[in-house]
Amino acid sequence: MQQKDVLPMKPEIADKQLAVKPVITGSEAVIRSLIEEGVDTIFGYPGGAIMPIYDALYDFQDRVHHILVRHEQGATHAAQGYARSSGKVGVAFATSGPGATNLVTGLADAYMDSTPMVCITGQVAAALLGTDAFQETDVIGITMPITKWNIQVTRPEDIPGAIAKAFYIARSGRPGPVLVDITKNAQFGEFEYEYKKCEYIRSYRPIPELNQEAVTAAAALINSAKKPFILCGHGVLLSGAEQELIALAEKAQIPVGSTLLGLSAVPVDHPLYVGMLGMHGNYGPNMLTGEADVVIAVGMRFDDRVTGDVGTYVPNAKVIHIEIDAAEINKIVKADVAVHADAKPALAALLKQVNPAEHAAWLEEFRAADKKEYDKVQHAELYPQEGELKMAEVIRLISEKTKGEAVLVTDVGQHQMVASRYYRFKNPNTNVTSGGMGTMGFSLPAAMGAKTGTPEKEVVAIIGDGCFQMTLQELGTIHQSQIGVKIVILNNNFLGMVRQWQQLFFDRRYSSTEMVNPDFVQVAKGFYIPGKKVTAREDISAAIDEMLAHKGAYLLEVVVEKEDNVFPMVAAGAPITSIRLE
Amino acid sequence: MQKEYTVTVYTEDRIGITNRITIIFTRRGINITSLTTAETEIPGVYKFVITVMSTREKLDKVVGQIERLIEIHRAFVHEEDEVVYQELALYKISTRSLHTGDIERLIRENNARILTITADYFVIEKTGHQQELTDFIKKLEPYGLIEYTKSGRVAIVKWSRRFHEHLKELHTQEAPGI
Repeated sequence: MQQKDVLPMKPEIADKQLAVKPVITGSEAVIRSLIEEGVDTIFGYPGGAIMPIYDALYDFQDRVHHILVRHEQGATHAAQGYARSSGKVGVAFATSGPGATNLVTGLADAYMDSTPMVCITGQVAAALLGTDAFQETDVIGITMPITKWNIQVTRPEDIPGAIAKAFYIARSGRPGPVLVDITKNAQFGEFEYEYKKCEYIRSYRPIPELNQEAVTAAAALINSAKKPFILCGHGVLLSGAEQELIALAEKAQIPVGSTLLGLSAVPVDHPLYVGMLGMHGNYGPNMLTGEADVVIAVGMRFDDRVTGDVGTYVPNAKVIHIEIDAAEINKIVKADVAVHADAKPALAALLKQVNPAEHAAWLEEFRAADKKEYDKVQHAELYPQEGELKMAEVIRLISEKTKGEAVLVTDVGQHQMVASRYYRFKNPNTNVTSGGMGTMGFSLPAAMGAKTGTPEKEVVAIIGDGCFQMTLQELGTIHQSQIGVKIVILNNNFLGMVRQWQQLFFDRRYSSTEMVNPDFVQVAKGFYIPGKKVTAREDISAAIDEMLAHKGAYLLEVVVEKEDNVFPMVAAGAPITSIRLE
Repeated sequence: MQKEYTVTVYTEDRIGITNRITIIFTRRGINITSLTTAETEIPGVYKFVITVMSTREKLDKVVGQIERLIEIHRAFVHEEDEVVYQELALYKISTRSLHTGDIERLIRENNARILTITADYFVIEKTGHQQELTDFIKKLEPYGLIEYTKSGRVAIVKWSRRFHEHLKELHTQEAPGI
């Protein structure tokens, strides 16, 4: 690593010593601004229009770790994984044109799943904008509907302000992705640098004021409820409101179900935790939404995978919706009491006004439903004695061996649903998955990001054979940057979830879902990542032990039952209470 | 039920803000029938007046999603009877028709006025609601209508109390640098 003879002075020191602002290039201002925002890691890929910024980065290698990905989409997912596990803002760099368009999937994913991320793209010089210059693309126009905010900067003096605003917007309120597009002339130009953090934008109110009347009304509903039910969403994790939610549930003995992205907010072994909501969620929490008389939805947006047919959803319940984003209130489900607020203060205020209560008979209904699901589905999935390996038993073993403490990064499809159903999460922010977008190829790069953001934690990526082949080039990044992620491919040689739908709804016409796969262990070997393939039940436990014991990255391919289905399931658009166990 | 609504949006003065607003209508397949925007009495704050055919339920959600945008101050949806509004139309007529006697009466009866007269044509201006303005086309057609154009809507909200004060307060707060 080469360094300049004299390290650049920190701007505040320069200010004091010289009493003047340092004159630096826009590119250097980008890096200094990121450092001011506490950025220690950047995922990115250089190219023509962002070269000056990469050149500036060269002098700051001791303070900012740049991870060279193999595709810009990988940079965004890595930044997402980093943000989701660490709670910090993820940062990605890309060049103009194709570099910028490769960010689109990750931006859309982060926007759907409220993930704080700042993407910085290089752009052709301002004089060339609109001329179809080489690698020019209208990235601002393209990403407008999939970013929380975006901006093009054409003058160096605007760079610190744009970056300050980008970070403030990305992390405040309902988090989301922001893109800053910087023209090449702005990167080269010099100006008097000064950094001021952004803490206020006059047209933007990220934290709504808590309406005490709404809290009182919500408490009154809960206090009168016979069958209250908490739906815990991603907002609980984003707000850091896990303890408040658990305290509320415990005080009034309210069962808690979780959305896919709310997983890990409440430990799976908590006596009031009743399982996952939605299409492939647990039987009890889905069925009993039909019986609940008060539903307390916290930081969730009633996704159609959660509600099924909205017309028949929570037919007997008054709905309390605690939500930071006003646009989500009454969007899908009409709230009887809307608490437009950040989850943490709202739940804390609610806790004071909610009376202690028992709902023994109601909780018993959940236990009975659980038993039914366990007997009909789970036992055979988790402890099969014969036949090919099942995804669920692999997840059970990984869950046991990691004590539910790993960061579980899942991709999209059957393996995602099975992992989400059976991994016994213990700690908050340990579930990283692509929920809203359902982006295949998410988990390998997201796992790299999660491991980089929380290196002290075990990070296990659970990936389907289809998903793995969408972003497998990131094995190169994992090798180069020595990122110790554990990669588990649950290989059924099918696009399993699509095949399941074809079986159930398209008369077993398996159109383009069977996969002829490469030798995954050999592929990993090509990237200098050790691995193993397991096909037999007697080998799986030891293989997982070996993987977890290995220092550094490891790939475990598990060949699982080819035509297995994920149950329970609700057909798309059907009432959620029509959930079937077989 | 689908009917005509007026949506008003108060925004910062930013490049691309029109696009940010209109794509939210596009996503839900709502056609914008007119759009007017101009700076308000407060420098740097713009007002959009947008007319659409849609349902109240859809528009309440659209307005929520518009308000969520960073550079939007407020957005509202109004029923027809909640706003006082006008649209402006210009009609270009062949000067030959001036020689027929009725055009002067027509202009006077319809509260229109002549903006300019040349040897070849003259231009009439009329403000009113869409229907009145298009009805006027029919009345002018016999006289040789050459060109017609109409503005979008400008609207004042009947129930507003202190919008001007609110915007002035806004002006005391720091305008966005970038």
